[in-house]
Formats: sequence, C-alpha cells, structure tokens
Amino acid sequence: MKTKKARILEIEPLTRVEGHGKVTVHLDENNEVTEARLHIVEFRGFERFIQGRLLWEVPVIVQRLCGICPVSHHLAAAKAMDMIVGVDQLTPTAEKMRRLMHYGQVMQSNVLHFFHLCSPDLLFGFSAPAKKRNIFSIIKEFPDLAKKGVLMRKYGQEVILHTAGKKIHGNSAVPGGINKNLQLTERDALLKDIDQMIAWSQEAVDISKNYTMEHLGLVEGFGNFKSNHMSLVREDGALDLYDGGLRAVDANGNLIFDHMDYRNFDQFIMEEVKPWSYMKFPFIKSRGNLDGWYRVGPLARMNTISFIDTPLANARHAEFREFSKHKPANMTLAYHWARMIEVLHCVEKIKELLHDPDLQGSDLMLKGERREEGIAVIEAPRGSLFHHYKVNENDQVTYCNLIVSTTHNNTAMNLAVTDVAKKYISGKSRISEAMLNHIEVAVRAYDPCLSCATHALGQMPLVVELFDANNNLIDTGSQFVSK
Amino acid sequence: MKKKRIATTSLAGCFGCHMSLLDIDERIFDLLELVEFDRSPLNDLKKFTRRCDIGLIEGGCCNEENVHVLREFRQNCDILVAVGQCAIMGGLPVMRNAIMHSDDPLRECLEEAYCTPKVLNPENQIPNDPALPLLLDKVYTCVDVVKIDYQIRGCPPSGETIWQALNALVRNEAPALDYALIKYD
Repeated sequence: MKTKKARILEIEPLTRVEGHGKVTVHLDENNEVTEARLHIVEFRGFERFIQGRLLWEVPVIVQRLCGICPVSHHLAAAKAMDMIVGVDQLTPTAEKMRRLMHYGQVMQSNVLHFFHLCSPDLLFGFSAPAKKRNIFSIIKEFPDLAKKGVLMRKYGQEVILHTAGKKIHGNSAVPGGINKNLQLTERDALLKDIDQMIAWSQEAVDISKNYTMEHLGLVEGFGNFKSNHMSLVREDGALDLYDGGLRAVDANGNLIFDHMDYRNFDQFIMEEVKPWSYMKFPFIKSRGNLDGWYRVGPLARMNTISFIDTPLANARHAEFREFSKHKPANMTLAYHWARMIEVLHCVEKIKELLHDPDLQGSDLMLKGERREEGIAVIEAPRGSLFHHYKVNENDQVTYCNLIVSTTHNNTAMNLAVTDVAKKYISGKSRISEAMLNHIEVAVRAYDPCLSCATHALGQMPLVVELFDANNNLIDTGSQFVSK
Repeated sequence: MKKKRIATTSLAGCFGCHMSLLDIDERIFDLLELVEFDRSPLNDLKKFTRRCDIGLIEGGCCNEENVHVLREFRQNCDILVAVGQCAIMGGLPVMRNAIMHSDDPLRECLEEAYCTPKVLNPENQIPNDPALPLLLDKVYTCVDVVKIDYQIRGCPPSGETIWQALNALVRNEAPALDYALIKYD
C-alpha cells in the first residue's frame, strides 16, 4: 500500500547480541530509506559513580559493566592501576597468567558470538523464520557443530576459571600483579583437551572462510564500505591482544599512525556526542570527525597487523590477506572469518603458555613509585578498550574515562545498518520480518557488546522502530506491514 | 512430562547472568529436553508468543523501558525469578543512587559523560531523543516494581547454581540450594 508520509521503522529489542539496543530506520514519503540509526538506550554513569572508590577495588568493580568480556575490563583496569602503583613491567608469572586469562577470554567470547549468536543466520539464512533463528535450533539440526561450539566456549571459560578464580567476574588481577599462579593439576586439566581445541578451531576458520567464499556476492554487497582501521600491534607489528602500541591504517592500507604510545591517546583520539544515542562517536583527531572514524575488532586487526606469531593462525592470516589482495578488507561479514582466525591464535597461545614453567612461579606482585594517573589499552574481543583513571593520595579514584570497543565501531555500525536498510528496505511497500533481520545481521557482525557500551551510555538490545515523516511511531518489532 | 516454557530478559544488568546460564555447557542439550524457550535475547522472539511457566529476570530497572518489560514478564509468567545481584539488590548500576553529597546523581552522571571539554559537544547536549527511553531518577530493584517469587543469588550465580535452581523449578519445587552454591568470593 502506498503511503504519502515519511516514517521511522523501529527494531526493538535487538536480539542475539550482547546487551540492549535498537535500530530506527527513517523512510521518506516514497518509502526510500534516508538513514538508519543504531541507538544505545541505557545509561549507567560509571565514570561518575566510581569516583571515591579505592584503586584496588576498580578491577573488580569495573568488570561488572559486562558479563561477556569481564576479563577485558578486569585486565584493562589492572593495567591502568599497575601504572598508578608504579609498576611498568610485571613479573613473568603475573604477565603470563594475565595473558593466559585474556586468551581464554577472547576465545570464549569469539566462539560464543559465532556459534551461539550468529550461526543461525549463516546456516539457516537471514530470511529463515524468526522462530528457527537461534542456537536451540542449531542444537536440533546440527548437533555435532553445536556441541563443538558449546565445548569450545566451555574450554575458554575453564581457562578463565583457572586464571581468574571464577568463570565470570573473577578477581585475580591486582594492581602490580596477580594473586594466583597456575597449579600443575589445573595445567594438566587444560592440556588434556588443547589439541582437540586446535583441531576444532581450524574447522571453525574453514566454516567462516568457506561461507565468505561461497556467498561472495552477498558478502561484497552487504555493509561493505571503506574505513580506517585501528588496533594495538606488537613492536614488530605482530598481533598482540594484551599490549603494544596503537596502529591505524586508512582504507588503502596507508599508515595514519604507528606504535603510538596509548598513554597519550587523548592527543589523537576524540569522541563526539550526538543527541540520539548514549554511545559517543570516536574519531582520529588529525582526520576530523567526518573522515576520522575507524573500525576496531577482529576485522580491523587482520587489516592492521603485519603477521601473527603463531604458525597456524599466521597461515590463516596470510590466506585472508590474499583474499583481500593485501589491502584492508572492508566487508562487514568478513568479521566472522577474522574472528575465527583469532580463536585459532588464542588456542595456539594457550598451548604455548601451558607449557611455560613461569606459570608455576611464585613471584606474583611488584610495587614501585606511586603515580597519579593510569592509562591502559587492551585488545578486547571486540577491539581496542581504553581505560583512564586518576587517583588521589588517599587511593580514591577522582577521574575515570572509558572508551569501550563497541563505541569505537559506532559510526561503522550506523553506516552498516544504513547500507543494508537502503538495499533491502528502500522502495518496498511491505516490510517483512526477514528484511529487518538483515539489519540485525549487519549489527551482529560487529559483535557489539551493548552491555559495555551502556557503561557511560546504555545497554543495547536490538529494536527496530518505524516512524512516519512527522516522527510518529508506526510500528515496532519483528513484523511490520506498512500502513 | 510437558515441557515448561521459559522466558528470559536482561534489564539493567551486564548480561553475565545469561552467560552463566550458558555455562551449564553441554547440559544445555538436557535442558532443551525439559524446557522450551519463549521470549529471550538468546533467540529472535521479541514478544511473548504465549503464557510462560517461568520468567528469569537479569538486572534491575534504570529506565522506563526496563519497568515496562518487567511488568510484561510479571503479567505473562506464572513464576518470576530474580537472577543475580542486579535484579535482587540493584548491583553495579545502583551505585549511582549512592553518589554522596548530590541532589541529582543522575544529572551528575550524565554531565560527567557528555559535558566535558574532552568530547566534541559544542552545545553541551545530553543525549535526549524520542528514540531513547527516559532514564529513571534512581535505579530500582525488581521487587520495587513487581512481586518476585524466587531469588537466585550471585554476581553472577554460577552455571551450576542456575542449573540446580531450574531443575527444581521445572519439577514445580522451590529451589533449595546448598550453601556452597550461593557463597561467592
């Protein structure tokens, strides 16, 4: 049916993403999509209410922003507090325990995203009935695959349990070090299944790679746009998820900056506030707010790094670079492939660390000369995570600023939903649930952690809303027929 | 036995309680023999498809949308369970209620995040758009809003704790959890 009014379509809540968010699609009087927006709808106020709390409490409190990647916040806060307690280099046991915890975290989070949340879209199709698109149907129809996903996530969680003390919201990273080492019984329990995990990770890379190759037309036309990319890299340019300097490249692969000391991050990164989302919009200052936005996370990391320092994942990275003709890959759906290469890397790293006797060391903590300010960056599963604190002489936090991974991808996710909305919804008189799921597929590829993005912002379940030209809400939810 | 119908939601929480539910690992295969999932962020059912036996609530209420969803769950679920400290006590988000020496903690939180020279926001605008649900003056626990039948404690409750509690609930029994399962840190 024809309509003479412009409208806004609302998808709410977004599902199979971590946290709460919604999407609005703005349509003109000819049913053409003018813009689509991803909104973060909750707000926590963490940066204010952490003020007054003690520095040693911060790594334990701040992780409770997010139950999906608590380890990333736990470690980013601990790293910032290392700086405040004057420790620039941890003991080998402390650093390796933290790294092991982090590889377990990135592994379980990436697996969760691929198998539990996204695989229904990839295996059943974006237009499959809503009732079918979930992990429970995968368990019914692809039980072997589901079991691998469930057991791989379990393995990552077990690594976290043995390094952090708990699977979710552990407490082992403390300012200046760690409060436990790895017992031999714990090591042996983890070593038992490690080769199985490597084999399954290889399979996961194949699945995601083959999906990309077999659906090239779809992948190339789905949220594919040029952007800058940013991540930490090691001194020699290798992938390093725990520490390093910041590297950013433009859409052609030219360096914007390299090995940037993240302690100066506010000299080259700034955030913009827009009134329609609690999530801010970061950009590289030298490129300005219109052109300086960038992507982070697995895809960005595959684009920024020079190589991977584990052999199996490095071969897979070479394959990926071959596919993208040694230029940055800009396809939103290629995030899945990149994410599985990182799972393989993490599992290889876990194996390497489990054989390292330093993990049974007893030198856990250091102290140094006290500083007032601490800044840390870590590569969380979804991308670079920034923590910045100031602490007074009574050990109380007086200032806090967090830029979480999902926030860095804010502009990119908005462009992706707009691109997909224009392709699949523009000009249609009837809008089906399946069309709306295409928009959610675009959001999901970024694995946005709406829980994290809520910290200063809100939480993000996905919602789509439909509005008319006068901004009247026409309909919400999964099934919309235009009026 | 007829399968129980379960709905889940995350309000002002961190999603950790949902992650802990997934920490039952391969027992999720067994769970699916006992229950069917209705509305949940783990699937694409955005509205209730029918009345449910059990509703699991993660998180408290920090905006009007949370209150609305919580009331919908109360209306559509026979048994409503508050899972985790945020749902029961407010958890981390409720720390904003406790900002000392402040008449308006919410405004202070918003100004700290958006009205600083560190961000590009020339008019010092605080996000305020019809698409954003109104924030509540304070964070409220679930029981401040609706009647709650059971609580499962923990931040988060472990996968084992959730597993045992669900097993009791699907047998129409009150969860009786060992001390070890509800003692943390």
